[in-house]
Amino acid sequence: MSTVENAVAAPADVHLPIYMDYHSTSPMDPRVLDAMMPYFTVKFGNSASRNHSFGWEAEQAVEVARGQIAKLIGASSKEIIFTSGATESNNLAIKGIAEMYKERGNHIITQVTEHKAVLDTCKRLEKYGYRVTYLPVKADGLIDLDDLKRAMDDKTILVTIMSANNEIGVIQPIAEIGKLCHERGILFHTDAVQAVGKIPMDVQKMNIDVLSVTAHKLYGPKGVGVLYVRRRNPRVQIAAQIDGGGHERGMRSGTLNVPGIVGMGKACEIAGQEMETEAERLTRLREKLKTKLEGALDYVHVNGSMEHRLPGNLNMSFVYVEGESLLMGINDIAVSSGSACTSATLEPSYVLKALGLGDDVAHSSIRFGLGRFNQEAEVDYVANKVIDVVQKLRELSPLYEMVKEGIDISKIEWQAH
Amino acid sequence: MSYSDKVIDHYNNPRNVGQMDKSSSEVGTGLVGAPECGDVMRLQIKVNPETQVIEEAKFKTFGCGSAIASSSLATEWVKGKTVEEALTIKNTDIVKELALPPVKIHCSVLAEDAIRAAIGDWKKKNGVAETADYVSTVATN
Repeated sequence: MSTVENAVAAPADVHLPIYMDYHSTSPMDPRVLDAMMPYFTVKFGNSASRNHSFGWEAEQAVEVARGQIAKLIGASSKEIIFTSGATESNNLAIKGIAEMYKERGNHIITQVTEHKAVLDTCKRLEKYGYRVTYLPVKADGLIDLDDLKRAMDDKTILVTIMSANNEIGVIQPIAEIGKLCHERGILFHTDAVQAVGKIPMDVQKMNIDVLSVTAHKLYGPKGVGVLYVRRRNPRVQIAAQIDGGGHERGMRSGTLNVPGIVGMGKACEIAGQEMETEAERLTRLREKLKTKLEGALDYVHVNGSMEHRLPGNLNMSFVYVEGESLLMGINDIAVSSGSACTSATLEPSYVLKALGLGDDVAHSSIRFGLGRFNQEAEVDYVANKVIDVVQKLRELSPLYEMVKEGIDISKIEWQAH
Repeated sequence: MSYSDKVIDHYNNPRNVGQMDKSSSEVGTGLVGAPECGDVMRLQIKVNPETQVIEEAKFKTFGCGSAIASSSLATEWVKGKTVEEALTIKNTDIVKELALPPVKIHCSVLAEDAIRAAIGDWKKKNGVAETADYVSTVATN
Protein backbone atom coordinates (compact mmCIF):
# COMPACT_ATOMS: atom_id res chain seq x y z
CA MET A 1 0.00 0.00 0.00
CA SER A 2 1.30 3.44 -0.88
CA THR A 3 1.71 6.07 1.80
CA VAL A 4 -1.33 8.00 2.92
CA GLU A 5 0.30 11.39 2.64
CA ASN A 6 1.94 13.19 -0.26
CA ALA A 7 0.47 11.25 -3.14
CA VAL A 8 -1.21 14.36 -4.53
CA ALA A 9 1.28 17.08 -5.42
CA ALA A 10 0.36 20.75 -5.17
CA PRO A 11 0.66 22.77 -8.38
CA ALA A 12 3.05 25.72 -8.41
CA ASP A 13 0.31 28.31 -7.87
CA VAL A 14 -0.96 26.64 -4.70
CA HIS A 15 0.83 27.59 -1.50
CA LEU A 16 0.64 25.16 1.39
CA PRO A 17 -0.83 25.00 3.93
CA ILE A 18 -4.22 26.00 2.57
CA TYR A 19 -6.60 27.75 4.93
CA MET A 20 -10.18 26.52 4.46
CA ASP A 21 -11.56 27.09 7.95
CA TYR A 22 -13.14 30.54 7.59
CA HIS A 23 -15.96 29.77 10.05
CA SER A 24 -13.33 29.59 12.72
CA THR A 25 -11.67 32.86 11.92
CA SER A 26 -10.45 34.84 8.92
CA PRO A 27 -7.24 36.64 8.09
CA MET A 28 -7.58 40.41 8.17
CA ASP A 29 -8.09 42.07 4.85
CA PRO A 30 -4.97 44.21 4.18
CA ARG A 31 -7.28 47.20 3.61
CA VAL A 32 -8.56 46.74 7.17
CA LEU A 33 -5.05 46.68 8.58
CA ASP A 34 -4.16 49.86 6.67
CA ALA A 35 -7.15 51.63 8.19
CA MET A 36 -6.23 50.50 11.70
CA MET A 37 -2.52 51.27 11.73
CA PRO A 38 -2.57 54.99 12.64
CA TYR A 39 -4.82 54.28 15.64
CA PHE A 40 -2.17 52.19 17.36
CA THR A 41 0.48 54.89 17.38
CA VAL A 42 -0.17 58.44 16.17
CA LYS A 43 -3.95 58.56 16.73
CA PHE A 44 -3.87 56.72 20.03
CA GLY A 45 -6.36 58.81 21.98
CA ASN A 46 -9.04 57.55 24.33
CA SER A 47 -12.38 58.14 22.68
CA ALA A 48 -13.80 59.08 26.09
CA SER A 49 -11.35 61.99 26.49
CA ARG A 50 -13.62 64.95 25.91
CA ASN A 51 -11.20 67.83 26.35
CA HIS A 52 -8.38 67.40 23.84
CA SER A 53 -7.87 66.66 20.19
CA PHE A 54 -6.47 63.17 20.76
CA GLY A 55 -9.76 62.14 22.31
CA TRP A 56 -11.84 63.92 19.67
CA GLU A 57 -9.88 62.22 16.89
CA ALA A 58 -10.46 58.79 18.42
CA GLU A 59 -14.12 59.51 19.07
CA GLN A 60 -14.62 60.63 15.50
CA ALA A 61 -13.04 57.43 14.20
CA VAL A 62 -15.31 55.35 16.44
CA GLU A 63 -18.36 57.21 15.16
CA VAL A 64 -17.35 56.57 11.55
CA ALA A 65 -17.01 52.86 12.36
CA ARG A 66 -20.37 52.84 14.12
CA GLY A 67 -21.94 54.19 10.95
CA GLN A 68 -20.18 51.65 8.73
CA ILE A 69 -21.31 48.74 10.88
CA ALA A 70 -24.86 50.07 11.27
CA LYS A 71 -25.17 50.47 7.50
CA LEU A 72 -24.32 46.83 6.85
CA ILE A 73 -27.20 45.59 9.02
CA GLY A 74 -29.76 48.35 8.36
CA ALA A 75 -29.42 49.91 11.80
CA SER A 76 -28.62 53.44 13.02
CA SER A 77 -25.27 54.39 14.59
CA LYS A 78 -26.79 54.91 18.03
CA GLU A 79 -27.89 51.29 18.15
CA ILE A 80 -24.32 49.91 17.98
CA ILE A 81 -22.71 48.85 21.28
CA PHE A 82 -19.06 47.81 21.12
CA THR A 83 -17.91 44.69 22.95
CA SER A 84 -14.88 42.39 22.97
CA GLY A 85 -16.48 39.92 20.57
CA ALA A 86 -19.54 37.82 19.96
CA THR A 87 -19.24 35.69 23.09
CA GLU A 88 -19.52 38.83 25.15
CA SER A 89 -22.27 40.18 22.89
CA ASN A 90 -24.31 37.00 23.32
CA ASN A 91 -23.81 37.02 27.08
CA LEU A 92 -24.73 40.69 27.32
CA ALA A 93 -27.82 40.27 25.15
CA ILE A 94 -29.26 37.23 26.89
CA LYS A 95 -28.30 37.99 30.49
CA GLY A 96 -28.97 41.71 30.04
CA ILE A 97 -32.49 41.10 28.70
CA ALA A 98 -33.26 38.36 31.22
CA GLU A 99 -32.33 40.69 34.06
CA MET A 100 -34.08 43.76 32.67
CA TYR A 101 -37.35 42.02 31.79
CA LYS A 102 -37.64 39.58 34.68
CA GLU A 103 -40.78 41.32 35.95
CA ARG A 104 -42.45 40.57 32.64
CA GLY A 105 -41.53 36.89 32.45
CA ASN A 106 -38.89 34.25 32.93
CA HIS A 107 -39.12 32.18 29.76
CA ILE A 108 -36.48 32.13 27.01
CA ILE A 109 -36.61 30.15 23.77
CA THR A 110 -33.52 29.03 21.90
CA GLN A 111 -32.57 25.98 19.83
CA VAL A 112 -30.20 23.07 20.13
CA THR A 113 -27.57 23.91 17.50
CA GLU A 114 -26.73 27.35 18.90
CA HIS A 115 -23.14 28.20 19.72
CA LYS A 116 -22.04 27.38 23.26
CA ALA A 117 -21.91 31.11 24.00
CA VAL A 118 -25.70 31.06 23.77
CA LEU A 119 -26.42 27.58 25.12
CA ASP A 120 -24.20 27.88 28.18
CA THR A 121 -25.51 31.36 28.91
CA CYS A 122 -29.06 29.96 28.83
CA LYS A 123 -28.02 27.08 31.07
CA ARG A 124 -26.64 29.51 33.61
CA LEU A 125 -29.91 31.44 33.58
CA GLU A 126 -31.78 28.20 34.29
CA LYS A 127 -29.83 27.99 37.54
CA TYR A 128 -31.16 31.43 38.42
CA GLY A 129 -34.76 30.34 37.94
CA TYR A 130 -35.33 31.11 34.29
CA ARG A 131 -37.15 28.57 32.13
CA VAL A 132 -35.48 27.79 28.80
CA THR A 133 -36.98 25.93 25.85
CA TYR A 134 -34.43 24.35 23.53
CA LEU A 135 -36.20 23.81 20.21
CA PRO A 136 -35.11 20.78 18.19
CA VAL A 137 -34.02 21.10 14.57
CA LYS A 138 -35.18 19.08 11.60
CA ALA A 139 -32.85 16.77 9.68
CA ASP A 140 -31.86 19.74 7.49
CA GLY A 141 -30.80 21.79 10.52
CA LEU A 142 -33.68 24.26 10.38
CA ILE A 143 -36.09 24.88 13.23
CA ASP A 144 -39.79 24.28 12.69
CA LEU A 145 -41.70 27.58 12.99
CA ASP A 146 -44.70 25.72 14.38
CA ASP A 147 -42.51 24.42 17.20
CA LEU A 148 -41.48 28.00 17.90
CA LYS A 149 -45.10 29.22 17.93
CA ARG A 150 -46.12 26.43 20.28
CA ALA A 151 -43.23 27.17 22.64
CA MET A 152 -44.20 30.84 23.03
CA ASP A 153 -46.29 31.69 26.08
CA ASP A 154 -47.21 34.76 28.10
CA LYS A 155 -44.03 34.44 30.16
CA THR A 156 -41.74 34.40 27.10
CA ILE A 157 -39.48 37.44 27.12
CA LEU A 158 -36.82 36.45 24.59
CA VAL A 159 -36.26 34.27 21.56
CA THR A 160 -32.61 33.77 20.67
CA ILE A 161 -31.96 31.91 17.42
CA MET A 162 -28.74 32.09 15.43
CA SER A 163 -28.79 33.46 11.88
CA ALA A 164 -26.41 30.86 10.44
CA ASN A 165 -24.77 27.87 12.05
CA ASN A 166 -21.01 27.76 12.49
CA GLU A 167 -20.66 24.04 11.69
CA ILE A 168 -23.18 23.32 8.96
CA GLY A 169 -23.74 26.86 7.65
CA VAL A 170 -27.51 26.41 7.74
CA ILE A 171 -29.42 29.72 7.67
CA GLN A 172 -32.48 29.89 9.92
CA PRO A 173 -35.69 31.65 8.75
CA ILE A 174 -34.75 34.85 10.54
CA ALA A 175 -37.37 37.16 8.98
CA GLU A 176 -40.17 34.70 9.80
CA ILE A 177 -38.93 34.29 13.37
CA GLY A 178 -38.68 38.08 13.73
CA LYS A 179 -42.23 38.50 12.51
CA LEU A 180 -43.60 35.92 14.97
CA CYS A 181 -41.76 37.58 17.85
CA HIS A 182 -42.80 41.08 16.82
CA GLU A 183 -46.49 40.08 16.61
CA ARG A 184 -46.36 38.75 20.16
CA GLY A 185 -44.21 41.47 21.72
CA ILE A 186 -41.36 39.06 22.43
CA LEU A 187 -37.81 40.31 21.97
CA PHE A 188 -35.74 38.61 19.29
CA HIS A 189 -31.98 38.23 19.54
CA THR A 190 -29.87 36.57 16.87
CA ASP A 191 -26.26 35.46 17.00
CA ALA A 192 -25.35 36.63 13.49
CA VAL A 193 -21.61 35.96 13.72
CA GLN A 194 -21.49 33.70 10.67
CA ALA A 195 -24.07 35.64 8.67
CA VAL A 196 -23.13 39.33 8.78
CA GLY A 197 -21.04 40.25 5.79
CA LYS A 198 -21.78 36.91 4.13
CA ILE A 199 -25.51 37.19 3.43
CA PRO A 200 -27.81 40.24 3.52
CA MET A 201 -28.91 41.03 7.07
CA ASP A 202 -31.39 43.83 7.81
CA VAL A 203 -32.60 44.38 11.35
CA GLN A 204 -35.61 46.38 10.12
CA LYS A 205 -36.87 44.00 7.47
CA MET A 206 -36.16 40.99 9.69
CA ASN A 207 -37.62 42.45 12.90
CA ILE A 208 -34.42 41.77 14.81
CA ASP A 209 -34.25 43.53 18.19
CA VAL A 210 -30.77 42.53 19.29
CA LEU A 211 -27.95 41.10 17.19
CA SER A 212 -24.44 39.84 17.94
CA VAL A 213 -21.53 40.10 15.54
CA THR A 214 -17.77 39.86 15.72
CA ALA A 215 -15.11 41.42 13.51
CA HIS A 216 -12.71 38.52 13.02
CA LYS A 217 -15.13 36.37 11.05
CA LEU A 218 -15.48 39.06 8.40
CA TYR A 219 -11.83 39.89 7.75
CA GLY A 220 -11.52 42.28 10.68
CA PRO A 221 -9.40 42.01 13.84
CA LYS A 222 -9.95 39.64 16.77
CA GLY A 223 -11.10 41.03 20.09
CA VAL A 224 -13.80 43.38 18.91
CA GLY A 225 -17.49 42.80 18.41
CA VAL A 226 -20.81 44.56 18.43
CA LEU A 227 -24.19 44.18 19.99
CA TYR A 228 -26.92 45.88 18.02
CA VAL A 229 -29.65 47.04 20.40
CA ARG A 230 -32.88 48.41 18.90
CA ARG A 231 -33.76 51.94 19.98
CA ARG A 232 -37.37 52.19 18.80
CA ASN A 233 -40.34 49.90 18.07
CA PRO A 234 -39.57 48.67 20.65
CA ARG A 235 -36.85 50.42 22.62
CA VAL A 236 -34.86 47.51 24.01
CA GLN A 237 -33.28 47.85 27.44
CA ILE A 238 -30.34 45.80 28.52
CA ALA A 239 -28.92 45.51 32.02
CA ALA A 240 -25.16 46.05 31.91
CA GLN A 241 -23.04 43.04 32.78
CA ILE A 242 -19.80 45.00 33.06
CA ASP A 243 -19.94 48.06 35.30
CA GLY A 244 -17.56 50.97 35.23
CA GLY A 245 -17.23 54.27 33.43
CA GLY A 246 -20.61 54.10 31.75
CA HIS A 247 -19.36 53.79 28.21
CA GLU A 248 -21.67 52.71 25.39
CA ARG A 249 -24.77 54.31 26.87
CA GLY A 250 -24.09 52.55 30.15
CA MET A 251 -24.58 49.13 28.60
CA ARG A 252 -20.91 48.22 28.36
CA SER A 253 -18.27 50.03 30.36
CA GLY A 254 -14.61 49.92 29.43
CA THR A 255 -12.29 52.03 27.29
CA LEU A 256 -13.08 51.42 23.65
CA ASN A 257 -10.70 49.37 21.53
CA VAL A 258 -10.31 52.16 19.01
CA PRO A 259 -8.00 50.46 16.47
CA GLY A 260 -10.14 47.32 16.61
CA ILE A 261 -13.31 49.31 16.14
CA VAL A 262 -11.83 51.20 13.18
CA GLY A 263 -10.89 47.84 11.70
CA MET A 264 -14.34 46.40 12.26
CA GLY A 265 -15.89 49.44 10.60
CA LYS A 266 -13.65 49.12 7.57
CA ALA A 267 -14.31 45.36 7.37
CA CYS A 268 -18.06 45.99 7.36
CA GLU A 269 -17.72 48.69 4.72
CA ILE A 270 -15.81 46.30 2.44
CA ALA A 271 -18.31 43.50 3.12
CA GLY A 272 -21.18 45.77 2.13
CA GLN A 273 -19.50 46.60 -1.17
CA GLU A 274 -18.27 43.12 -2.06
CA MET A 275 -20.67 40.70 -0.41
CA GLU A 276 -22.77 40.02 -3.48
CA THR A 277 -19.91 39.15 -5.84
CA GLU A 278 -18.04 37.33 -3.10
CA ALA A 279 -21.09 35.19 -2.28
CA GLU A 280 -21.47 34.26 -5.94
CA ARG A 281 -17.80 33.34 -6.24
CA LEU A 282 -17.78 31.29 -3.03
CA THR A 283 -20.99 29.49 -3.94
CA ARG A 284 -19.42 28.48 -7.26
CA LEU A 285 -16.24 27.25 -5.56
CA ARG A 286 -18.21 25.40 -2.90
CA GLU A 287 -20.34 23.68 -5.55
CA LYS A 288 -17.23 22.71 -7.44
CA LEU A 289 -15.73 21.15 -4.33
CA LYS A 290 -18.96 19.29 -3.56
CA THR A 291 -19.38 18.03 -7.12
CA LYS A 292 -15.82 16.75 -7.31
CA LEU A 293 -16.04 14.94 -3.97
CA GLU A 294 -19.44 13.41 -4.70
CA GLY A 295 -18.31 12.39 -8.16
CA ALA A 296 -15.27 10.47 -6.99
CA LEU A 297 -16.41 8.96 -3.67
CA ASP A 298 -19.32 6.79 -2.60
CA TYR A 299 -20.94 7.01 0.84
CA VAL A 300 -20.55 10.77 1.20
CA HIS A 301 -23.25 12.68 3.01
CA VAL A 302 -23.87 16.43 3.05
CA ASN A 303 -24.87 17.53 6.55
CA GLY A 304 -27.63 20.13 6.68
CA SER A 305 -29.74 21.94 4.10
CA MET A 306 -27.98 22.84 0.85
CA GLU A 307 -30.76 25.28 -0.01
CA HIS A 308 -30.52 27.41 3.14
CA ARG A 309 -26.78 27.57 3.55
CA LEU A 310 -23.96 30.09 3.72
CA PRO A 311 -22.09 30.44 0.42
CA GLY A 312 -18.71 29.28 1.78
CA ASN A 313 -19.85 26.31 3.86
CA LEU A 314 -19.67 22.63 3.02
CA ASN A 315 -20.05 20.06 5.79
CA MET A 316 -19.66 16.51 4.57
CA SER A 317 -19.35 13.10 6.15
CA PHE A 318 -17.07 10.57 4.51
CA VAL A 319 -18.73 7.54 6.01
CA TYR A 320 -16.52 4.64 7.21
CA VAL A 321 -13.54 6.99 7.57
CA GLU A 322 -12.87 8.55 10.97
CA GLY A 323 -12.55 12.34 10.84
CA GLU A 324 -9.34 12.76 12.78
CA SER A 325 -7.50 10.20 10.68
CA LEU A 326 -8.71 12.07 7.60
CA LEU A 327 -7.41 15.36 9.00
CA MET A 328 -4.03 13.68 9.60
CA GLY A 329 -3.84 12.71 5.95
CA ILE A 330 -4.70 16.20 4.74
CA ASN A 331 -2.50 18.01 7.22
CA ASP A 332 -1.51 20.65 4.67
CA ILE A 333 -5.15 21.78 4.58
CA ALA A 334 -6.75 23.60 7.51
CA VAL A 335 -10.33 22.38 7.99
CA SER A 336 -12.36 21.16 10.99
CA SER A 337 -13.95 17.86 11.92
CA GLY A 338 -17.00 16.93 14.00
CA SER A 339 -15.15 13.83 15.15
CA ALA A 340 -14.92 13.21 18.87
CA CYS A 341 -11.23 12.54 18.51
CA THR A 342 -10.62 16.15 17.54
CA SER A 343 -12.51 17.55 20.51
CA ALA A 344 -11.32 17.94 24.08
CA THR A 345 -14.43 16.22 25.41
CA LEU A 346 -14.19 13.14 23.15
CA GLU A 347 -17.83 13.74 22.22
CA PRO A 348 -18.81 14.05 18.58
CA SER A 349 -20.38 17.30 17.39
CA TYR A 350 -23.65 18.08 19.17
CA VAL A 351 -24.76 20.01 16.10
CA LEU A 352 -24.50 16.97 13.84
CA LYS A 353 -26.13 14.76 16.46
CA ALA A 354 -29.02 17.25 16.64
CA LEU A 355 -29.68 16.58 12.94
CA GLY A 356 -30.39 12.98 13.91
CA LEU A 357 -27.13 11.71 12.45
CA GLY A 358 -25.61 8.67 14.11
CA ASP A 359 -22.39 9.13 16.02
CA ASP A 360 -20.61 7.15 13.30
CA VAL A 361 -21.60 9.74 10.66
CA ALA A 362 -20.65 12.61 12.98
CA HIS A 363 -17.24 11.00 13.53
CA SER A 364 -16.70 11.09 9.77
CA SER A 365 -17.52 14.73 9.15
CA ILE A 366 -15.35 17.49 7.77
CA ARG A 367 -16.27 21.17 7.69
CA PHE A 368 -14.89 23.10 4.74
CA GLY A 369 -15.13 26.85 5.25
CA LEU A 370 -14.30 28.82 2.11
CA GLY A 371 -13.55 32.51 2.23
CA ARG A 372 -12.32 35.64 0.54
CA PHE A 373 -8.76 34.52 -0.11
CA ASN A 374 -9.39 30.99 -1.37
CA GLN A 375 -8.56 30.46 -5.03
CA GLU A 376 -9.99 27.97 -7.49
CA ALA A 377 -6.66 26.10 -7.76
CA GLU A 378 -6.81 25.54 -4.00
CA VAL A 379 -10.28 24.04 -4.28
CA ASP A 380 -9.03 21.63 -6.96
CA TYR A 381 -6.08 20.62 -4.80
CA VAL A 382 -8.24 20.14 -1.70
CA ALA A 383 -10.74 18.00 -3.60
CA ASN A 384 -8.02 15.78 -5.10
CA LYS A 385 -6.24 15.41 -1.81
CA VAL A 386 -9.38 14.56 0.17
CA ILE A 387 -10.43 12.01 -2.45
CA ASP A 388 -7.01 10.38 -2.37
CA VAL A 389 -6.81 10.17 1.42
CA VAL A 390 -10.43 8.97 1.84
CA GLN A 391 -9.78 6.20 -0.68
CA LYS A 392 -6.64 5.12 1.13
CA LEU A 393 -8.27 5.17 4.55
CA ARG A 394 -11.17 3.16 3.21
CA GLU A 395 -8.69 0.49 2.12
CA LEU A 396 -7.83 0.42 5.81
CA SER A 397 -11.44 0.51 7.02
CA PRO A 398 -13.03 -2.78 8.10
CA LEU A 399 -16.42 -1.07 7.98
CA TYR A 400 -16.07 -0.01 4.36
CA GLU A 401 -14.99 -3.52 3.44
CA MET A 402 -17.97 -5.07 5.26
CA VAL A 403 -20.44 -2.69 3.63
CA LYS A 404 -18.94 -3.44 0.22
CA GLU A 405 -19.41 -7.14 0.94
CA GLY A 406 -23.08 -6.49 1.66
CA ILE A 407 -22.89 -6.86 5.44
CA ASP A 408 -25.34 -4.67 7.35
CA ILE A 409 -23.04 -3.22 10.00
CA SER A 410 -25.98 -1.80 11.93
CA LYS A 411 -26.99 -5.40 12.69
CA ILE A 412 -23.65 -6.30 14.26
CA GLU A 413 -23.58 -6.33 18.02
CA TRP A 414 -20.77 -3.85 18.60
CA GLN A 415 -19.24 -3.60 22.00
CA ALA A 416 -19.26 0.05 22.90
CA HIS A 417 -16.31 0.94 25.03
CA MET B 1 -3.23 16.52 18.14
CA SER B 2 0.52 16.27 17.92
CA TYR B 3 1.65 12.70 17.48
CA SER B 4 5.00 11.02 17.82
CA ASP B 5 6.98 10.20 14.68
CA LYS B 6 6.19 6.52 15.26
CA VAL B 7 2.43 7.10 15.14
CA ILE B 8 2.84 9.17 12.01
CA ASP B 9 5.02 6.48 10.46
CA HIS B 10 2.46 3.73 11.17
CA TYR B 11 -0.32 6.00 9.89
CA ASN B 12 1.54 6.78 6.67
CA ASN B 13 2.89 3.27 6.16
CA PRO B 14 0.51 0.91 7.91
CA ARG B 15 1.95 -2.61 8.23
CA ASN B 16 0.07 -5.80 7.43
CA VAL B 17 -3.13 -4.29 6.09
CA GLY B 18 -5.65 -6.76 4.75
CA GLN B 19 -7.73 -9.78 5.55
CA MET B 20 -7.40 -13.53 5.75
CA ASP B 21 -9.99 -16.27 5.33
CA LYS B 22 -12.12 -16.04 8.44
CA SER B 23 -13.40 -19.60 8.00
CA SER B 24 -9.95 -21.20 8.02
CA SER B 25 -9.24 -23.14 11.20
CA GLU B 26 -5.75 -21.66 11.30
CA VAL B 27 -7.08 -18.10 11.33
CA GLY B 28 -8.34 -16.27 14.41
CA THR B 29 -10.32 -13.05 13.96
CA GLY B 30 -10.88 -10.33 16.52
CA LEU B 31 -13.34 -7.52 15.77
CA VAL B 32 -13.47 -4.95 18.57
CA GLY B 33 -14.76 -1.42 19.12
CA ALA B 34 -17.90 0.21 17.75
CA PRO B 35 -18.60 2.62 14.89
CA GLU B 36 -20.43 5.05 17.18
CA CYS B 37 -17.37 5.24 19.42
CA GLY B 38 -15.26 6.21 16.42
CA ASP B 39 -13.02 3.16 16.33
CA VAL B 40 -13.34 -0.40 15.08
CA MET B 41 -10.36 -2.75 14.78
CA ARG B 42 -10.23 -6.08 13.04
CA LEU B 43 -7.10 -8.08 13.77
CA GLN B 44 -6.48 -11.51 12.30
CA ILE B 45 -3.78 -14.04 13.07
CA LYS B 46 -2.76 -17.19 11.23
CA VAL B 47 -1.35 -19.81 13.60
CA ASN B 48 0.88 -22.76 12.75
CA PRO B 49 -1.02 -25.74 14.20
CA GLU B 50 2.22 -27.59 15.06
CA THR B 51 4.18 -24.85 16.76
CA GLN B 52 1.36 -22.46 17.76
CA VAL B 53 3.49 -19.68 16.29
CA ILE B 54 1.62 -16.76 14.74
CA GLU B 55 2.95 -16.78 11.20
CA GLU B 56 0.81 -14.08 9.69
CA ALA B 57 -1.17 -11.11 11.02
CA LYS B 58 -3.47 -8.70 9.22
CA PHE B 59 -5.53 -5.74 10.33
CA LYS B 60 -7.99 -3.13 9.20
CA THR B 61 -8.97 -0.22 11.42
CA PHE B 62 -11.58 2.52 11.32
CA GLY B 63 -10.40 5.13 13.76
CA CYS B 64 -8.09 7.99 14.50
CA GLY B 65 -4.37 8.02 13.76
CA SER B 66 -3.40 6.42 17.04
CA ALA B 67 -5.97 3.64 16.61
CA ILE B 68 -4.50 2.85 13.20
CA ALA B 69 -0.96 2.99 14.58
CA SER B 70 -1.81 0.83 17.64
CA SER B 71 -3.31 -1.93 15.53
CA SER B 72 -0.56 -1.74 12.91
CA LEU B 73 2.02 -2.10 15.68
CA ALA B 74 0.06 -4.98 17.23
CA THR B 75 0.29 -6.98 13.98
CA GLU B 76 4.04 -6.42 13.90
CA TRP B 77 4.46 -7.54 17.48
CA VAL B 78 2.34 -10.70 17.35
CA LYS B 79 4.04 -12.05 14.25
CA GLY B 80 6.62 -14.69 15.12
CA LYS B 81 5.35 -15.05 18.68
CA THR B 82 3.56 -18.11 19.98
CA VAL B 83 -0.05 -17.61 20.93
CA GLU B 84 0.86 -17.64 24.63
CA GLU B 85 3.67 -15.13 24.11
CA ALA B 86 1.34 -12.83 22.19
CA LEU B 87 -1.04 -12.79 25.13
CA THR B 88 1.64 -11.10 27.22
CA ILE B 89 1.51 -7.95 25.08
CA LYS B 90 0.03 -5.20 27.21
CA ASN B 91 -1.61 -1.99 26.17
CA THR B 92 0.96 -0.11 28.25
CA ASP B 93 3.69 -1.51 25.99
CA ILE B 94 1.89 0.00 23.01
CA VAL B 95 1.44 3.35 24.80
CA LYS B 96 5.16 3.41 25.54
CA GLU B 97 6.30 2.39 22.07
CA LEU B 98 4.06 4.94 20.30
CA ALA B 99 4.30 7.64 22.99
CA LEU B 100 0.52 7.98 22.94
CA PRO B 101 -0.95 11.03 24.68
CA PRO B 102 -3.26 10.28 27.67
CA VAL B 103 -6.48 10.92 25.69
CA LYS B 104 -5.45 8.18 23.24
CA ILE B 105 -4.74 5.40 25.73
CA HIS B 106 -8.08 3.80 24.89
CA CYS B 107 -6.70 3.09 21.40
CA SER B 108 -3.99 0.91 22.90
CA VAL B 109 -6.54 -0.85 25.11
CA LEU B 110 -8.55 -1.62 22.00
CA ALA B 111 -5.47 -3.04 20.27
CA GLU B 112 -4.79 -5.33 23.22
CA ASP B 113 -8.45 -6.38 23.15
CA ALA B 114 -8.12 -7.11 19.44
CA ILE B 115 -5.12 -9.41 20.02
CA ARG B 116 -6.97 -11.26 22.79
CA ALA B 117 -10.14 -11.52 20.72
CA ALA B 118 -8.25 -12.94 17.73
CA ILE B 119 -6.44 -15.48 19.89
CA GLY B 120 -9.67 -16.33 21.70
CA ASP B 121 -11.35 -16.99 18.35
CA TRP B 122 -8.50 -19.22 17.22
CA LYS B 123 -8.54 -21.16 20.50
CA LYS B 124 -12.29 -21.68 20.28
CA LYS B 125 -12.01 -22.98 16.73
CA ASN B 126 -9.24 -25.37 17.69
CA GLY B 127 -10.61 -26.53 21.00
CA VAL B 128 -7.68 -25.10 22.95
CA ALA B 129 -8.55 -24.34 26.56
CA GLU B 130 -8.03 -20.84 27.86
CA THR B 131 -4.97 -20.78 30.06
CA ALA B 132 -5.46 -19.98 33.72
CA ASP B 133 -3.06 -17.10 33.35
CA TYR B 134 -5.11 -15.56 30.56
CA VAL B 135 -8.37 -15.95 32.46
CA SER B 136 -6.97 -14.24 35.52
CA THR B 137 -5.60 -11.39 33.40
CA VAL B 138 -9.00 -10.78 31.90
CA ALA B 139 -10.65 -10.89 35.29
CA THR B 140 -8.44 -8.10 36.59
CA ASN B 141 -8.84 -5.91 33.51
